[in-house]
Amino acid sequence: MKEFKILAVVIFFTLVTYWLVEPFAHSQMHAHVESEGFSYDDLPPLEKTGDATRGQDLVMGAGGCIGCHSIEAAGFPAAMDAVTNSASYGVNPPDLSNAGGIYDAKFLAALIKNPTQALMVEHKFTPESGKMHPMIAFYGAGGDIDQEVADMVAYLQSIAPKPDQITPAQAFETACGRCHSVKYENWTQIGEKPVFKKKRDELVFLTQLEDYNANLMGYMGKLPPDLSMYIRSRGEHYLSTFIENPQNLLHGTAMPRVGVSKDGAEKVLEYLVEAGDPKHAERDSVGVKVMIFLLVFAAASYLWKKEIWKDLH
Amino acid sequence: MAHFTKATSVHDWLNQRLAIDTLQRVLSKEYWIPKNINFLWAMGMVLAFTFGILLVSGIFLLMYYQPHVDTAFDSVNFTIMREVEFGWLWRHVHAVAASVVFLIIYIHMLTGIYYGSYKKGREMIWISGMLLFVAFSAEAFSGYMLPWGQMSYWAGMVITNLFSLGSLEFNGLVEWIRGDYVPGQAFLDRFFMLHVLLIPLAILGLIGLHFGALRIPHVNNQDGEEFDFDEEAAKYKAGNKKESKVIAFANDFLSKDMFVVSIYLIFFFYLVFWHFGFAMDAINFDPADGLKTPPHIYPEWYFLWSYEILRPFPKDPGLVAFGFAQVIFFLLPWLDRSPNAVPASRRGLFFFWFWAMVIDLIILTAMGKLPPQGIYSTIGLFAAWAFIGLWVILPFITRNEKRA
Repeated sequence: MKEFKILAVVIFFTLVTYWLVEPFAHSQMHAHVESEGFSYDDLPPLEKTGDATRGQDLVMGAGGCIGCHSIEAAGFPAAMDAVTNSASYGVNPPDLSNAGGIYDAKFLAALIKNPTQALMVEHKFTPESGKMHPMIAFYGAGGDIDQEVADMVAYLQSIAPKPDQITPAQAFETACGRCHSVKYENWTQIGEKPVFKKKRDELVFLTQLEDYNANLMGYMGKLPPDLSMYIRSRGEHYLSTFIENPQNLLHGTAMPRVGVSKDGAEKVLEYLVEAGDPKHAERDSVGVKVMIFLLVFAAASYLWKKEIWKDLH
Repeated sequence: MAHFTKATSVHDWLNQRLAIDTLQRVLSKEYWIPKNINFLWAMGMVLAFTFGILLVSGIFLLMYYQPHVDTAFDSVNFTIMREVEFGWLWRHVHAVAASVVFLIIYIHMLTGIYYGSYKKGREMIWISGMLLFVAFSAEAFSGYMLPWGQMSYWAGMVITNLFSLGSLEFNGLVEWIRGDYVPGQAFLDRFFMLHVLLIPLAILGLIGLHFGALRIPHVNNQDGEEFDFDEEAAKYKAGNKKESKVIAFANDFLSKDMFVVSIYLIFFFYLVFWHFGFAMDAINFDPADGLKTPPHIYPEWYFLWSYEILRPFPKDPGLVAFGFAQVIFFLLPWLDRSPNAVPASRRGLFFFWFWAMVIDLIILTAMGKLPPQGIYSTIGLFAAWAFIGLWVILPFITRNEKRA
């Protein structure tokens, strides 16, 4: 009985120390940021129902989207390669094939009408700085602009795969992968790094990557970090709230608000978990087996002890 | 040469050459342990077990780790964690054991202090134990450098800066230790050598000394009872095991040790599989960046108390206080002037001293991690003064202690 009392004292002081240096200290060092539920409440609501056919005409015509964006799904490949694009815009404009499946509809509509507001980069593209956001706002094709925007969004949604058909890698590539590399998944800002037979081909690829990143660095101010280990260095909650609104966690950062839907964010996180913690399932299954073994071991050692101490007391 | 006869069995063959019967008698069957001890006395075995775990897991990690500033981070986080089968298991086992070993060392140390196990002929046990603590600290620090993460890089910067000795500004010494102006390749190479060779060797030697130091004074017991080990051993050997106050190390005490170890392993592997994050600072999963300081730099949890004795003071007094904290535990057998080797609960004022020290160490630990601002730095300063004050009053409160 006395030993249980001693054990309780040891456990008590251990837990107090643990609580102080882990949960408590971290709550004092990092302010807790609540998720906004990917509702984008600061953006104007979508009041019109869009018509995909009219949207297609706008996207392909008066909307001017394909001046910069490719839409592979609709047979519009990119006019320029990623490096040339980055030289013009700072970053490669995304292909719009699955934008409708990853991004929030309200965000897409706001993005078309006012990119800097939707992306939350108004602090960077000010009249004083003289910097222009590379994506130009859509000022309307002559009709009701809200209706036109709703039509364009409806079109993008109509060509996008259903949300459950989009893979984590696709979601990551569209939402994050043009600025961030994930080297543990072999991902670079200009795409997956192929296996090269010749050193020369590899050097060509690396040169392109370097050029792209130089342009990106000029656009962002610094090269956005590699995200391979971010699931371990930042944790899921931090990443999820960061993806939702970078300004809440890193005030003044050049990273735009990504605008993914809740679904899209979950896909992106799934990708990052696989990159930084790919053995989580194996860990759980091995862990259970080890625990079962240890319980048997503890029971056996208890019986051994009882057997030996029978003669001692 | 000794006289050898034709062996009757493998056992006999070995016995003639290695005296294994004698070894077994001296090391286990007739190594006498008091009967009235509780599970806290099994912490030595728990520590030995954890050290074994560290050694084995370390050897597996060593097969894939690359001590180079360009590849160290990826060799740990990519090669070991993703490419090598069960590399993640060895890595988590190693990291969790490195942290848990300090929890057990602190329990072991405080057990020794509570029961007065450093006194009257047991000084060498205490000193060799403190030397082990220092060696483990150096081992942990050098190992923490190896993944070349952001926090380990900056912790390396801060700790090596201490060697400039405050306003003496021995910067040459700092550069000599680092082998460079900032932590770099030379720094990583030498810490790698220290971590995998020199300090483990020292630890193995010190463990031998620590065990050896136990042979003559024997371990203390939870009642502080003094008895004649030879007399009690004679009773045991005569078959009066129930009356004898001693038991044999093997299998009597070993069976209890193993039960405690088995419970400990459940706790340990729970951490390994489902709570390894507690032992690994998240910031260390960012690669080292010499151009970007982390917002808060703090050591691993087991160094926080001594870090907090350094931090709240100005530069030079801080270093003096830090130096004081590093050596003062060694002097415990002489600063405690009471001859009583009994539990603190029977020692009057010392009982309060012990619990004040435990609470002060926990407060220092907590404040060492918190940002040094506002109320936290004030509490930290008071706790640091309390630590020094407790050691200063120890000889006075124990001098007139009544015979327990």
